Amino acid sequence: MDQNDINRLRGKTAVVGLAESGCGLASGWSAMEIMASAVHDALDDAGIKLREVDGVFAATAFHSMAAMSLSEYLGVKPKFADGSQIGGSSFLSHILTAAMALDAGLINVAVVAYGSNQKSAGGFKTISEAMPYEAQYQPRMPVTAYALSAKRYMNEFGATREDLANVAVSARDWALLNPRAYTHQDGSLTVNDVLSARPIVDPLGKLDCCLVTDGGAAVVMTRSDRAKDTKNTPIYLLGAAMEHHHRMISEMPDLVQTSAIESGKRAFSMSGYNPNDMSTIQLYDAFTINTLLFLEDLGFCKKGEAKELVKNNNIGPAGNLKVNTNGGGLSCVHPGMYGLFVTLEALRQLRNASGDDVGQRLDGGWIDNAKLSVAHGNGGVLSSQVTNIWGVSDTL
Amino acid sequence: MAENLKGTVGPEQQFKNFLSEGKFMIQRCKSLNKFFFHPRVAFPGSGERDLEWVEASGNGEVYSSSCNRRLPEKGGDFNLSLITLEEGPRMMARVEGIDPDKVEIGQKVKARISSLNGEPAVIFDIV
Repeated sequence: MDQNDINRLRGKTAVVGLAESGCGLASGWSAMEIMASAVHDALDDAGIKLREVDGVFAATAFHSMAAMSLSEYLGVKPKFADGSQIGGSSFLSHILTAAMALDAGLINVAVVAYGSNQKSAGGFKTISEAMPYEAQYQPRMPVTAYALSAKRYMNEFGATREDLANVAVSARDWALLNPRAYTHQDGSLTVNDVLSARPIVDPLGKLDCCLVTDGGAAVVMTRSDRAKDTKNTPIYLLGAAMEHHHRMISEMPDLVQTSAIESGKRAFSMSGYNPNDMSTIQLYDAFTINTLLFLEDLGFCKKGEAKELVKNNNIGPAGNLKVNTNGGGLSCVHPGMYGLFVTLEALRQLRNASGDDVGQRLDGGWIDNAKLSVAHGNGGVLSSQVTNIWGVSDTL
Repeated sequence: MAENLKGTVGPEQQFKNFLSEGKFMIQRCKSLNKFFFHPRVAFPGSGERDLEWVEASGNGEVYSSSCNRRLPEKGGDFNLSLITLEEGPRMMARVEGIDPDKVEIGQKVKARISSLNGEPAVIFDIV
């Protein structure tokens, strides 16, 4: 199969509805209830009836067979379902699978969904099994894995904890513009705040780590011919690609290079656009090191140079690169698997710029004239990397 | 060849059994003359199955390191590192005999078999 055949998916499908639910704290709500609420809200947003849904895609840290459990809960009898679990990036791969199933005519309306009540249920939740050859050393996963990458990154490129801290400072500045963000009222951060936060696994401190919140999200996808007739601005899937090279951090071939190099290259190639064409850049920032790695691996700068790129709040609201404009996993929301929130922000920025009402932001929180967004998901311990490129109709 | 596994144990259990006997063994693919870790039923990526166990030299170098913070009453801070073995493969382990936050990338280390939570474990010391 040549690249033209692979690229047949470019622009063939679109998101026509989206929603989040229970972000922050949702005491008294189960993960399923939060997820299903997001699905119903996303369908309302799309103006599509539940009974039209024939494709269901879901993953959570609460359900071993999430797509089946969600279908049952909704009362939907899907003709195609996928509950693939590759960590926090699962949803970005579900979007690729949904696009394939829609394009193949297997289904007509897909929902991709996630829900978690980890915070109100007691803290970080995982259904990951213990890793053989690692578990006996009692790593604090996933933090230890990201700390090992950060330490190696600092060693190889002369980066410092201050460079990592710059990422957290900019993420918070975005959150201050986003009333939906968990830390919206918490005030700005200084580099020193980040450096002096409680150490978790050196070199990462508490403010280098993502939030622990509740929350759910959902998007509704259809083929592009139908998307034109829905009530919102459709946002088209222009490119999508995934790759992974390891599951355990001890098996990662190179701690400072992720398989986002491959997923990004193929997703951008499918889209016909370059990193520099992106109006907004949404990266899965479970930890500060992620943002540096993904800016490099997706091609926004050369390897080892992201520490320069993030200086002087250059990825903050007043900077040149519009990165994690919701506040990210660091300062907006992180219910354990953040991928669908990366997607939501990529889509919301484009819909807002197209005139849809997708909520309020303070001045500077919405990116004017945004036409293209990259949404990049990460799963496991820098393991699964999935890149989606989204665009408005002008970009088709 | 693997149809009937009765009466044998897999590579993971073999590795553990070796550790219980005080031996740190890793696998080598004979036709490729390459070592790998963790233990598997075939060489990763290309699938060769002509494998043998070889005692590791125990010599290694710190590839990366982390200090995992833990309350003193729960055992205190501990080191967790990735070690590149002289034979080529990499593994997770703890480096002991040094403050957990003082382990640096590039330091030479030597393996010994100790125990963690009642199970034999490969632990490294700074050389």
